[in-house]
Amino acid sequence: MDLKYTPEQEAFRKEARAWLEANVPSEKLASFDTKEGFEQHREWEKKLQAGGYAMVPWPVEYGGRGANLLEWLIFEEEYYRAGAPGRVNQNGIFLLGPTIMDVGTPEQKARFLPKMASSEEVWAQGWSEPNAGSDMANIQATAIKDGDHFVINGQKTWASRGAFAHWLFGMFRSDPDSTRHKGLTFILVPLDTPGITVRPIEKLNNKKAFAEVFFDDARVPVEYQLGEEGKGWDVAMATAGFERGLMLRSPARFQDTARKLVELYKETVASGAYVAPELRRTVAQCWMDAEAYALNTYQTVAHLMGGGKIGAEASLNKIFWSELDTKMHETALKLLGHRAELLPGSSAAGDVGEWLDGYIFALAGPIYAGTNEIQRNIIAERILGMPRK
Amino acid sequence: MEFRFTEDQRLLQETVRDFLAGECTVDFVRGQWETETGRSPEFWASLAEIGVPGLLIPEEHGGLGMTEIDLVLVMVEVGRAGLAEPVTPTAAVAAPLLRDCGNEALAKEWLPKIAAGEAIVAVAQPTSPLVPEAECADLLILRSGDGLYAVPAADARITPQKSNDPSQKLATVEFDPQPAQLIASGANADRLETAALDRGALACAAQQLGACEQLIQMSVDYTAERKQFGVPIGSFQAVKHQVADIKVALEYARSHVERAAHSVAQDVESRSVDVSMAKISAGEAALQGASTSLQVHGALGYTWEQDLHVWMRRAWTLDLAWGETAWHRERLAEALFDGGPPAVSFGFEPAA
Repeated sequence: MDLKYTPEQEAFRKEARAWLEANVPSEKLASFDTKEGFEQHREWEKKLQAGGYAMVPWPVEYGGRGANLLEWLIFEEEYYRAGAPGRVNQNGIFLLGPTIMDVGTPEQKARFLPKMASSEEVWAQGWSEPNAGSDMANIQATAIKDGDHFVINGQKTWASRGAFAHWLFGMFRSDPDSTRHKGLTFILVPLDTPGITVRPIEKLNNKKAFAEVFFDDARVPVEYQLGEEGKGWDVAMATAGFERGLMLRSPARFQDTARKLVELYKETVASGAYVAPELRRTVAQCWMDAEAYALNTYQTVAHLMGGGKIGAEASLNKIFWSELDTKMHETALKLLGHRAELLPGSSAAGDVGEWLDGYIFALAGPIYAGTNEIQRNIIAERILGMPRK
Repeated sequence: MEFRFTEDQRLLQETVRDFLAGECTVDFVRGQWETETGRSPEFWASLAEIGVPGLLIPEEHGGLGMTEIDLVLVMVEVGRAGLAEPVTPTAAVAAPLLRDCGNEALAKEWLPKIAAGEAIVAVAQPTSPLVPEAECADLLILRSGDGLYAVPAADARITPQKSNDPSQKLATVEFDPQPAQLIASGANADRLETAALDRGALACAAQQLGACEQLIQMSVDYTAERKQFGVPIGSFQAVKHQVADIKVALEYARSHVERAAHSVAQDVESRSVDVSMAKISAGEAALQGASTSLQVHGALGYTWEQDLHVWMRRAWTLDLAWGETAWHRERLAEALFDGGPPAVSFGFEPAA
């Protein structure tokens, strides 16, 4: 065990830091849950791509930098240090991208990955249906082959980024006589296909950014099938692993929030405002948990770089970061007292409204990517071997 | 950067695990409760044969010359087995203290004996008036005023105290400090004492991981067997989710403990805070493991006869040793808010 960075890793950090310091927008971008913010974020990601930092761990030919996972962690640390904007195309770059790299054809890799890296094409996820949420195998939307096309009918819902995205990925029932996990195919769908209707849904944060998507004889070329026909479940499980696992939630994000929480605590105490005594302990606990998350991620990366794999362990990860994120923001709101209800932009709020935004965002964490109840079942059954029935 | 143990370190862990699985059965642990001293010199001798007491002792003094990174994996196994022999005070705390105190004669006299399994050393904890293992110790390291003393057992007045954990041997100790027994004084004594505390806390945290694993395993086994309403109770989500939650707490505590082992071995700047985080998180995981295991075992777990309480009491005991959770929480909070010893983010370096 050696927890020092190599000179090469230090040099990479320095280089990334310098680029980010010179290029991160000085003005905060609008929320990517709005049309205006969505476009601002795409501009930023184009710039990242031009700088060679859009997808640090991807191979160069797909728009990446060819760096290893450890360098990715270092880059993410610098990204949050620089206060750079959140990634609008996270569904694509962190979830679908790795899946395409695993199971895509060479043509698919060349076709999709570079445009994903630059956010020229932004992806929505089509996981859920009205009756296939936690019961993910209960997919009803069909994709029936007709010559060199799939004809898609049915509905997806809660499609994150669905309101503005260009493409959607998801599982469809390609064998109409099949049930449960069998007979499903993973298909990449251009959202401008005739027969597709996107209806934005207003979220808890009052923004219309996710959506339900209706398919009415929408014809999608078979070349957009990802992985084998009828084996969509396996492909989706790999993607879900990325979603729960380490790629989407880089530790620096939580360490940065924890640092801000410590600062908020110190400022609040210094201001003479009443601070409930237990918050001293809660804030320290949050900081410590963000550290645990970072340490655990570094260990996972070491394991992966040593040739290991992660499976159900991603569920441990998902519970930990989602609960930590909620706890940090809840604690911040307690510190803010009456200011906690002010929306960003209210003149009395100053910049503290960010915490409320973050809190509402964090509340989705224990729900999406498989609710935490589902993750607990996975841990109990697949890691600990407790009985299913 | 390589955040993994080596093959050799894992092999050492497996060796100790296999040894303890064979020799330190729960019947052995419970059998020791009934003996006069509660300690087995024969067992200690076999531990010495596989090198446990001398793990941190330099090779020139007969030890294995390893570091806390090796030791931490051994301590996990000690915790899993519920082993109560004085591994923490003697191997994890006293040996490196005697190695580092600058008193060559003392090191030369005691380190080979410790490595050979011929001496037990008890160490007073700055956070508690109780000295574990004083009764069976040959040498005691004790604090008086601004001095740290190495006191032969014959020169100390030792009063045994009964512990809730029958495996735990506690005592209060009085002694008359002799200049000839002085190891260090002033800042040097403080430095050695803090290092001792950090090592003791780290050893406890690692044992808490092992105890927690054992508590999870017992819960998994029992709830798979025990049927109600015609099905194993382990198939109920209300049961599964509780056990899953301990697993989450355990795995994130493990990351803290393993990092703290590195921090102690390398004596890094944030050592004390890293150790506190390990002790807090492993302690909480073990306590959660204890209460949840009791709950899922139902009334059976509430009996003396069932073995669950061997580890449950161990979880409680370890939580209080070498700085209870509240003490470590305060040390962490001081670092974060009051300019105490530094708390350093792993990897992430916030902008000034």
